[in-house]
Amino acid sequence: MSYTVLQHYWWAIISILGSVLAFLMFVQGGQTLIYTLGKTEDERTIIVNSLGRKWEFTFTTLVTFGGAFFASFPLFYSTSFGGAYWVWLAILFCFIIQAISYEFRSKPNNVFGHKTYEVFLFINGALGTFLIGTAIGTFFNGSQFSVNFANISNTGNPVISRWEVHSRGLEAALNIHNLSLGITVFFLARILGLLYFMNNIENEPVLVRARKQLLSNFIPFLAVFLFFVAWLLLKHGYGYHPETKVVSLVKYKYLHNFIEMPLVGLLFLAGTLLVLYGIIKSLLASYTKGIWFSGIGTVLVVFSLFAVAGYNHTAYYPSDFDLQSSLTIENSSSSRYTLTIMSYVSLLVPFVIAYIFYAWKSINDKKINLDEIKEESHVY
Amino acid sequence: MFDNIDLSMVNWSRGQFALTAMYHWIFVPLTLGLSFILAFMESWYVKTGDERWKRITKFWMTLFGVNFAIGVATGIILEFEFGTNWSNYSWFVGDIFGAPLAIEGIMAFFIESTFIAVMFFGWNKVSKKFHLVSTWLVAIGANLSALWILVANAWMQNPVGTQFNPEKARNEMSNFWDVILSPVASTKFIHTITSGFVLASIFVIGVSAWFLLKKRELFMARRSILVASIFGLLSSLVLILTGDTSARQISKIQPMKFAAIEGLYTGKEQAGLVVVGILSPERGDTAGIGNNDFVFRIEIPKILSYMASGSFDAFVPGINDMLYGNSERGIIPAQEKIERGRVARETLAAFKKAKDTEDTAAYNLLKNKFYDTEFKEDYFRYFGYGFLNDINGLVPNVPLTFYSFHIMVGLGFYFVLFFILFLVLLFRNKIENRRFMLRLAVFTIPLAYIATMTGWVVAEVGRQPWTIQDLLPVMAATSHIDATSVQVTFWLFAALFTALFIAEVQIMFKQIRLGPKEGRK
Repeated sequence: MSYTVLQHYWWAIISILGSVLAFLMFVQGGQTLIYTLGKTEDERTIIVNSLGRKWEFTFTTLVTFGGAFFASFPLFYSTSFGGAYWVWLAILFCFIIQAISYEFRSKPNNVFGHKTYEVFLFINGALGTFLIGTAIGTFFNGSQFSVNFANISNTGNPVISRWEVHSRGLEAALNIHNLSLGITVFFLARILGLLYFMNNIENEPVLVRARKQLLSNFIPFLAVFLFFVAWLLLKHGYGYHPETKVVSLVKYKYLHNFIEMPLVGLLFLAGTLLVLYGIIKSLLASYTKGIWFSGIGTVLVVFSLFAVAGYNHTAYYPSDFDLQSSLTIENSSSSRYTLTIMSYVSLLVPFVIAYIFYAWKSINDKKINLDEIKEESHVY
Repeated sequence: MFDNIDLSMVNWSRGQFALTAMYHWIFVPLTLGLSFILAFMESWYVKTGDERWKRITKFWMTLFGVNFAIGVATGIILEFEFGTNWSNYSWFVGDIFGAPLAIEGIMAFFIESTFIAVMFFGWNKVSKKFHLVSTWLVAIGANLSALWILVANAWMQNPVGTQFNPEKARNEMSNFWDVILSPVASTKFIHTITSGFVLASIFVIGVSAWFLLKKRELFMARRSILVASIFGLLSSLVLILTGDTSARQISKIQPMKFAAIEGLYTGKEQAGLVVVGILSPERGDTAGIGNNDFVFRIEIPKILSYMASGSFDAFVPGINDMLYGNSERGIIPAQEKIERGRVARETLAAFKKAKDTEDTAAYNLLKNKFYDTEFKEDYFRYFGYGFLNDINGLVPNVPLTFYSFHIMVGLGFYFVLFFILFLVLLFRNKIENRRFMLRLAVFTIPLAYIATMTGWVVAEVGRQPWTIQDLLPVMAATSHIDATSVQVTFWLFAALFTALFIAEVQIMFKQIRLGPKEGRK
C-alpha cells in the first residue's frame, strides 16, 4: 500500500475505535443514572452490576484508542497530550476512579463506603463524557499550539510541540461549539445507557423510570446535537492544499466534505436516522432492542465526523495560533514502515471482535435481575 | 544548556512518572503470577472434579479481582503520561514506541477484558472446559500485555531497529523484528514476568500460612502452598538465570549502569562481586576516587568479570573509565562523546537551514549523512550527548542503584531457599507445626514487593540521565508545560493513589479474613 493509503487506512482505524468508544460510553451514561433509576439498594445493585460487566470494554477501547493514536499519529499524541495538559489529566482522573469503583463498591471494609464509589462512577460518567466530547470538539475549532521540528537541535529548549496559552487546554471549554459537542456526548451516553438498561435489566420499576428518563434526555440531546451539526456545516474549516500542503481557512469546509465524500454523508445521515429510530421506537412501545439501532447509529455518526475532520485534505487538529502547525493525517503520521507493520496487526481485529462476540453471547443470554445476581459469586 | 527548560518541571514530571509506575507495579506482578496460579488450580479442579479445588480457585480469584482493577487504573495513566509529560519523547521515538502500545491493546487487553468476564461470571453459564480456557486466556492475556510494554521499555534501554529521519526530526522503525526479538527485550520480559510469578507465589504461601497459623482452611492452605511453592521455585530459578543474562547484556549496552550497580569507579581485570557493602559517604566528585569507594565490603573475587563477559579475567570498566576514557581499553572519554553529539546536532541544524534556504546541494549532502553508516556510528549514536554540558551528569545515583541491586539479588536468593524449605516441610507433612516458618512466610510477602520494586529502581534509576539510551536525555524528552501544573497533578495523583491503595489493602485483608465464600458462616 502507498503511504497515502496507509495514512487514510489508519485514520479509518482511529475513526472506528473512536466511534466504538462513543457507543461503549453507554457505560458512562448509565453511571450517571444510578440514583435516578435505582430508588432502592437492590435496584442500584442491579444497575451497577449490569454496567459492571461491560466497563472493561469501554476502558480497554479507550486504552487501545490511545495506543493506536500514539502508534499511527504520534505528533497528535505529542502535541495534544503534552499541550492540553489539564483537559487530558482531568479525563484520566475520571477514568482512574471508575476502574476501581466497580470492584470496591460492594466489598466489605472498603474504607470510603459504597456511596463514595457510586459518586466516583457518577463523576466518571458525567465529567468523562463531557470532557472527551469537548476535547474532540477542538478537531473542528482549533487550538493554540505551534509545531517546529527544528527545535530538536535547539538545546535551549528542544521541545517540538508547544502550547501557546497558559490555560493548557481548558480554553476549549470557552468555545460554544466545543461545549455543544461535549453536552451532546453527555446526553447521548445517557440515552445509550437507558437503552442498554432496557435491553439488559429485568426489573419493572427500573424499566418504567428508564423509559421516562429517555424522553427527558432525548429532548436536550436533539436540541444540542442539531445545534452542533448546524454550526459544523456552516462554519469555516481548516483545509490544506494537496500539493503545497499550505493550511488555510476554507468556507463551509465540513459541509463540502460531506458533499465531496457522499459515502461519508450517507453514513452520517443513516447513523442519525438509526439513533433516532432506536430512541423513538423505545419511547413509543415497550421495545427493548433500541440499543442496537442507536448504538450502530452512534458508530456511523461518530465515524463520519472523524472522516470529515481528517479526510479530503482537512487538518484534523488545527492550530489557530499558527495555521501551518496544524496537524493533518499526512504530516503527523508514523512512517510508512510502521504503518505497514501496524496494518498487519490490525488484521487481528476481526478475530478479536469474533471472540468478544462469542464469549459474551455465552454468558449474556439472560437478563439481569436480583435472583441472577444472588446466584453469582462475583458481585459489584 | 536547556536555558529555557524549567528543570524543576522536569524533575516533577520524573517524580510523577515514577510515582505512577511504582504504584502500578505494586499491583501488576500479583496479577501476572496469580493469574497462572488460578489457571493451575482450576485445571486440577477440571481434571479431578474435586469441588474443593473449585472453592480454592474461587477464593484466590476474588483477591485477583480486587488487585486487577487498581492495576488497570494506574496502567492507563502511564500510557497517557508519555504524551502529557514527555511530549518530545513521544514524537522523537513515537514511530517505534507507539507500535508496541497499540499491539498491546489489540492483542492483549481485549483477551484479558473479554475472558476475565467469563472467568468471573461464567461459572454457572459456560461449560467447565470453556471456563478453564477463559482462565488460561486471562493469564496469557495479562502476560502478553507485559510482553509488549516490556518490548517498548527494552527498546528504550537498547534502541535497535531504528533509523533517524532528519526531515521529521525523529527516529523511525527500520526493522520490527529487531525491536521485538531483541535479546534485551526477551530477557527483560522473562525476568520481569518471573519476578511477578515469584511475588504471587510468595503472596499465596504467605496468606496460606496465615490460615494455618489460625488453624482454618487447612486443606486449601496446604494445597495452595504446594502449587505456589513449585511454581515459585521454578520461577525463581528462571529469574536468577535471566538476571545473570541481563547483567551480561547491561555490561555491554549500559556499562555506566553496570558500574553503578556495583559501585565500581575504577575499572579492573578480575573484578570481584560485592556481596555486601557500604559505600563511602565522601563520594560525590567522581574524579580521583579509586580504592576508597567502600567503607566496608565483602567481595567474591573475579565474579563481576565473569558476570560481565563470561571470563574471570575480563576487564570491567568503572565509572571513571567511562567519564575520562581509557585509551588502553578503547573507551572514548565522555567529553568526546559530547562533542560528537554536538556535531550530529549541528549537522541536523545545518540540514534544516539548507532546507529553509532551498540550498539543494547542501540539503542532499547533509541528509545523506544521517543514512551513512560511518556518520551514524561515529556521530549520530552520540546524539543525546550533544544536549549535555557536564560529564558528571552521565552518572546515575550510585548509592540508590547499588543498594537496590544488592537488596534485589539478596532477596532473590533468599526466595529460592524459602520455596525449597516450604516444599520440604510440605512433603514431610510438618508444615502446620512450624509456626516460626509460617510467620516467616507472612513476613516474606512485603519482602517480595521490595525485591520487585528495587529491580525497577535498578533498571530505571540506573539508566539516568537517558530516556533513550545515548539518544535522548530526560531533560530533552519533556513537554512544554509549567512546573506548577505538574506539581498539582503530582500531589493529586499521590493523594488519590494512596487513598485507593489503602482501600485495596483493607479490602484484601478483609477478604482474606473472611476466607472462601462457599461454606462461609
